[in-house]
This record gives sequence, C-alpha cells and structure tokens, in this order.
Amino acid sequence: MKLHRTRRARWTGWLFAAPALGMYGVFVLRPLALTVQYSFYNWDGIGPSTWAGLGNFRMVFSDPALLNIIGNAFRLIVFFSVIPVLLGLASAAVIRRIAASRLAAVARTALFLPQVIPLVAAGIAWSWLLSQTGVVNQFLSAIGLSGVTRAWLGNFATALPAVGLIGAWVLLGLCTLLLLAGMTRIDPALFEAARIDGAGFWREFRSITLPGLRQEIAVCVTVTVIAALASFDIIYIATQGGPGDATMVPGLEIYELAFSHRQVGLASALAVVLIVLVLACVLPIQWLARRDAR
Amino acid sequence: MSGRTKMAHRGGGLAAIGRGGAVAVTAAVTITMAAAACSAPGAAQPRSSASAKIADAASGCGKAPVTLNAYIETGFQVPNSLMAEFTRQYPNVKWNIREDQFAVITQNAPRVLANDPPDLMRLPSISDLVKDGLLKNLDPYAKAFGWDKWPSSELVQLRLGPGGRPRGEGSLYAMGLNYSMTGVFYNKKLAARIGMTAAPTTLAQLDQDLAKAKQAGITPIVQFNGGATGGFAFPLQDLMASYGPPGPINDWIFNKPGATIDTPPNLRAAQHLVQWIKAGYFESDANAMDYYTMMSRFTHGSGLFMFDGDWESGNLDKLMAGQAGFFLMPPSQAGGPYAAMSAPLTYGIAAGAKHPDCAAFFLNWVATNPTARQIDVQVGGSHPLGAADADMPAVKPGTVTAATLAAGSVVSRDNGSMDFIANATGAIYASAWTPELQKLFAGKQTAAGLLSTVQADYQQELAG
Repeated sequence: MKLHRTRRARWTGWLFAAPALGMYGVFVLRPLALTVQYSFYNWDGIGPSTWAGLGNFRMVFSDPALLNIIGNAFRLIVFFSVIPVLLGLASAAVIRRIAASRLAAVARTALFLPQVIPLVAAGIAWSWLLSQTGVVNQFLSAIGLSGVTRAWLGNFATALPAVGLIGAWVLLGLCTLLLLAGMTRIDPALFEAARIDGAGFWREFRSITLPGLRQEIAVCVTVTVIAALASFDIIYIATQGGPGDATMVPGLEIYELAFSHRQVGLASALAVVLIVLVLACVLPIQWLARRDAR
Repeated sequence: MSGRTKMAHRGGGLAAIGRGGAVAVTAAVTITMAAAACSAPGAAQPRSSASAKIADAASGCGKAPVTLNAYIETGFQVPNSLMAEFTRQYPNVKWNIREDQFAVITQNAPRVLANDPPDLMRLPSISDLVKDGLLKNLDPYAKAFGWDKWPSSELVQLRLGPGGRPRGEGSLYAMGLNYSMTGVFYNKKLAARIGMTAAPTTLAQLDQDLAKAKQAGITPIVQFNGGATGGFAFPLQDLMASYGPPGPINDWIFNKPGATIDTPPNLRAAQHLVQWIKAGYFESDANAMDYYTMMSRFTHGSGLFMFDGDWESGNLDKLMAGQAGFFLMPPSQAGGPYAAMSAPLTYGIAAGAKHPDCAAFFLNWVATNPTARQIDVQVGGSHPLGAADADMPAVKPGTVTAATLAAGSVVSRDNGSMDFIANATGAIYASAWTPELQKLFAGKQTAAGLLSTVQADYQQELAG
C-alpha cells in the first residue's frame, strides 16, 4: 500500500516535469544529436549526403583559416573575460566602499545598463562610435591625437580589439553586479575585525574579499568565457568577421558554412569542436571553484 | 533486506529522481541518437528537375481568380511596380508577396524552394539550386513564348548543363525582369572642378582624372569594401575587362573545365588596382564601408567616381538630378572594345510551384508589354529583356538612365557582357574575393597572391 503510493507520487512528479523534458529533448537533445550525426557527412542541406567519416574534423584541425578562427575566439577571452572580471572586481570594491552615497546607485545602474540594451543595438551604436567619422575619432582629434585615428573596425590590427571592447563593455556590468552581490554576502564582522587589526584596503581586499568571492568569480569567468568562445551577435553586427578574417569567430563561421556555403557537415563538425572546447574550458573552472570551496 | 528497501524508498524522492532522471535523460539521448542515426540526412537522391509541361502558353493566367506566391528582394521597387501593373491589366491575378534582403534570400533559397515553393522568386546563384532539382526547367516556356529568339547573350547566364554545371549552355532555368550593367558613375560638379569635360576613353585618361582629383583634394573613388561584401570586385573586374577580353573571364565564371582567373591580363588588372590603392585614390576607411554608406557618401558629393551598376540609375536621377553621369570602363587601348559586367535580374519558378504557367506568362509579359518595359526603365533604370528590335521606352536625355541605356547598346555591339566574378561559385564571394580584397586594400596581400588564392579556393569548391 505504502509502496504503491510512493510509486504514484514519483510518477506524478515525472508528469509535471514531462512538458519541460519534452521541450528539452526536442529543442536541445535532438538538435545536438543531429549536429553530431551531420558532422560525419558531406551534405548541402537539401540534396543527398555522402558519408565523410572523420573528414570534416580533419578539415577543422588542419585548415589554417579555420584554426585561425578558433584562435580568434581564444583571443576574445582576454576582452570578454579577463578585462570584465578584473575591472568588475575593482569597480565592485569601489562601489561597496561608497555604498551609502547616491553615487553608488548611479554607478551600479550605469555599469549594468549595457546588459539591458539588446546586443544588436549595442553593436550598431558602437560601429557608429568607432567609424572613421565617429565620436571616438572626433575625441582623439580634439585632444591632438588625430595621427592615431582610423576606421577601428575596418583595420586589420584594431578590428579584433575593437569588437573585444564592445564585449567588455557589455559584460563588465554583469560581472560587477554579480561580484557586488557576493560582497554583501560576506560577513561584515570580518571586515570590521580586519580594520580593527589595522588592515588597509589592499590587505582587506586580498584576505577577505577575494577568498569570499570565489564562487561568484567562478560564475563570472564561466559565463564570460562561454560568451567569448560562442560569440556571434556583436561580431555579426559590427564587422561580419572582416576585414579579411580578422574578427571571424567559430559561431559566425558555423552559420556562414551552413547557410551561405551550404557545407552543413563541416559546419556541424566545427560546432561539435566548439562544444568540446567550451566544455574543456568551463569544466576545469567549475572543478577548481568547487575544490576551493571545500 | 526489506528494511533497507523501505528506507531507500522513503529516504527521498530527490535521490530517486536523480537516479531515474539520469536514466531517463540517457534514454532520451539514446533514442534521439538512434532515431537520428538510422538514415543519412537529406534526400535519397537528387530530385529530377521538373520540366514544365504546358498545354497552351497563351492561356497564361486564365480567367479564374489566382493568387501567385512571390518571394522578392526588399528595397527595390521594380518587381512591386510590375506586379501592381500586371494585376491592373489582369484583375484575376492577385499577389502574395514575401520580401527579404538579398543576403537572407541567398541563405533561405534552397529551403524555401523545397518546403514552400513560390511561383516566382528572386534568385541568387542558381547552379546549386539546379543541382538539387529545385527550379523549373523553362525550356518549354522559352519555346512557346519565343524567348529563344532573343539575343542569346541576354539569357546565356541562366542556362545550365545537366546537374547545374557548366553554366552558359544547356537548359534555361531562370529568367530576368531586366538586365543590369555596371560601369563608373561620376559627380558632374566635381568633374568640372578638375576640368574633366568628357568621359575618359582610355584607361590612361581615367588615371589622369584620378590623379587630378587627388591633387585637387577630392576623394577620387568612393568604393565600399567592408563587411561581408568586398566592393573592390567592381573596379577589379572593370580593370580586367580593360586589359583583356571578357571570354576567358566568362569561361571561369561558368565553370568551364580548365578555366582560370589567374591569367596575365588579370594580373595586370590586379596590379593596376594595387597602384590605385597605393596612390590613395580610395577612402582610408574603405574596409569599414558598406554599400549603403558608399551610396550615401556619393550622393552627398563626397567623391568623384563610384564603380556600381545601373540599378542605381533611377535612384541617382532622383537624388542627384542632373549632377550624376555614367560611363563604361574605358579600354586600355584607344578604340579598343568595351566590356562590362552585365547580368539579368534573376527570377525563377520553383519546381514545386502551384501556378507555373501564370508565373511564366508574367515573366513574358514583363519583357514584351510596353507598359512593363517602361516601368523597367523608369523605375529600375535598367535595360528590359526581349527581342533585339523591341521598342525601347523613351527616356529623358541627359539623365543617368539615358547614359546607362546607351552604354548597354555599346556593350552588346562589342559583345562585351560578362557575369560578375563573385558569381563563379556559391561561396567564392564570401570565402575568397571579399577577405582577399580586404587584405589587398590593407597591403596584406599582393596582386598575384589575390588571384592565386582565389583560384585555389575556386578549384577546391568545384572539387568538393
């Protein structure tokens, strides 16, 4: 009798979860499985396909152009992860110090605002700012640096840092807010004790704030690394991967390969490689954070 | 034993769901994998291209109400004006129109043609579509309507061999609403400032005009080369036409066996383009400039020349009334033949279209009806298709449209029409021309390297 009831309860649970699981299966697992399957074929998306074995993967790892594109994704980590997390830590620490003042609220809002703006709009606005006649160059000219003005997004040397800057601008707010929330979670008594012991800002930051924020930093790094490796929208809007292949990233290349070049197999292989790369980068971060937490 | 079982059951739904969940997820993955893996993706074999079978071409759209599905490019008024006029003349025909940007149409084309086949569709490069059997073979219509009696150069680009290759011969798979042509637009006010009184007739004269503009502090050429489309392909191909005959270039675009873009005249053309780049004739932000920025800058008078096509003639007559001129790219030797990129505004009928006869009747009407031809010229600024002796609509003398139409007859006189080098394969523009031309402008690629890289990509694509 008892057994019967628990079993029924368990089935009821599954029934509630069923719609979500169904969606997950149809819109996440099935496409994932199909992507893996397609990666073993040469296929134009419509006509008959031919078995390619590991040919598409060999192509991904041997074609210098594709390797460079994967390299671009890793270069973006500097702008999408390192800069936002470091600046985020700094600005969160400062905002926390001035927590009571009105300035703190203003700073919080200003930093978080990019998160609210659609990425496409941000990309368009930044491509105006960074154009030959844009505000950035006007400012540089005004302070006597007209020698360095250029079309930032159209120059081979500056295009990748320029789109990286847009990403950093977007992600800084997210990191700041997460870290700020983490800081308020730290027991204020610890700070008080440190101050009584005569600790300065730096000592306090290194010995209390940083260790207390391990979890939040791990979340920030995870989210931003994924944003860097899987970036698409900012680059699609700002440069379309140009000039040349200077800002081409795997996300955009997968889309181009599948829908413009109609090489669905190669696109899928690159997508699989991208998934593996993201996992290879993110899992160690998670593992480190969890180990430290214990 | 029994105690332990009870414990486990009572112990927590969470653990149970955790275990059961893992099993369920694994099962789901396995099932979807198995379901997915049991057959190769795609059609078992290519569809056979449905050949149009028509009882009576003249019956056209009949008398009963009919709604044609059209999928067209947004931002160009010609098709909309033509369809509206057609409905005025044939009130039983209504249109269900879907519009997208050309880039979107390019990406959607195979899937739309396969899953939701339109009666009439603006088409990108058609080789792959024919290979997959997605387009109606128009040969029977061509015969019934007499399209095969028009000058063969008008539709040669839309003929394909079996399986989609080579192009330029075989069955007709698409039609044009008109055909456009490219050359050099110039700003008459700025031209007067450098003392340019007539269009240059040799490449050397064009070079002199460019140098004079540079000296006068005028941007010599406004040309886009940014984003996903390298607009330097326009001046490059014009220079190719200036240095050599169009035949070998067409062979290359049509995928004739053994054709190459890496020829001595083309190398001289690419080197000439590099000279222009080094001389500072283009704007320094060309690699960040898209097509619309170029148009806006040229119409606002910020440069002397612009390499573009006559699809902008009507637009320029409106925005720069009396201030814009047009000339064909001059040959390298005085008195040499003229050549230009010229291509039909390609429209096709899906293999699975519901009303192919009516759509074909419309296409024929566009080329033969006097009002339709007038719309083509006045709204589109481009040359209508049709028989060589068909009436040409009158245009106002002195306009850009008049200049481009006159240039059209020069090109057909010299048999100098070429398809666009970006259309040689489906991906060659995005994967080779655009990045390599952007590198060329930035000084990271040489003229010889440009041609050999593009040729290597071309061979790889044709092999794959």
